[in-house]
Amino acid sequence: MTFRKYLVLAGVTVFAAAGDSMLSHGMKQTGNISLHHLQGVILAVANPWVAIGILLLLAFFASYMNALSWADLTYVLPATSLGYVLLALVARFALHEQVSPLRWLGIALISGGVGFVAGGPALTSHAHPGDEHPESPLLAKNARNGAPAVDEVPTVSSGVES
Amino acid sequence: MNHIPVVSTWGGILVVVLASVVGDILLARAMKQVGDVHALWRRAGLWTVVGRILSNSNFFLGVTAMAVAFFSLLFALSWGDVSLVAPAAASLTFIGNAFAAKIFLHEKVDRRRWSAAVLVAAGVALLAG
Repeated sequence: MTFRKYLVLAGVTVFAAAGDSMLSHGMKQTGNISLHHLQGVILAVANPWVAIGILLLLAFFASYMNALSWADLTYVLPATSLGYVLLALVARFALHEQVSPLRWLGIALISGGVGFVAGGPALTSHAHPGDEHPESPLLAKNARNGAPAVDEVPTVSSGVES
Repeated sequence: MNHIPVVSTWGGILVVVLASVVGDILLARAMKQVGDVHALWRRAGLWTVVGRILSNSNFFLGVTAMAVAFFSLLFALSWGDVSLVAPAAASLTFIGNAFAAKIFLHEKVDRRRWSAAVLVAAGVALLAG
């Protein structure tokens, strides 16, 4: 795990939390959506809070895809849940809202869960046969397709020399 | 909303959870096929990374499933009680993903990761409720 990878995981956490809260704030302003009034969806997207929320969730998506390219799904997912912890801490210390004991328990559980996962390896799935090597699929392909070509070169040159 | 039956609310939650799990699994598989984007970016440039992701069919199926999950969550949230729908959908997705990652992605979901999935699911249920 490099610093850059921790930064990506932090992006996953922060963008998910910020995006979700913008979205929920916006959705509270636009009100209910029903199957009979599908134009409500378009109205919802026109709300600036919803729009900013969607942009932030796109940033989340980019970091999430980035993280999934080098870590297990079961490793990255707990990082997304840290966003809830972040939101509760922001609510308590920045917005000075009351955080109930049950919510503090929730924070403790999520933090514990994330701690469990973070203490283990980030990637386990590559050990199984049939999966491409996640670190270097290009190199793996080159090794398969390019190996004979590499072998041919010394054979030809040695033939010329002798 | 009180006139919406409980069954519909849980049906909505189930759709959200199923679509999220399918989406997560497909996206995780797609990105494993693409490979480490840091390494690939350094070696072959950003456009190669973008091209590889956009030419991956699992990626598009995953995005479609995520879109289904997103809009069904919007519907479910507007029907049902937020304090039930949001935590139930989020925490059941965590548990579902742990099972699905083990079965479909062959991740080694050991005791450490099971504990994490259960703790996180419980914590999210408490926080989002």
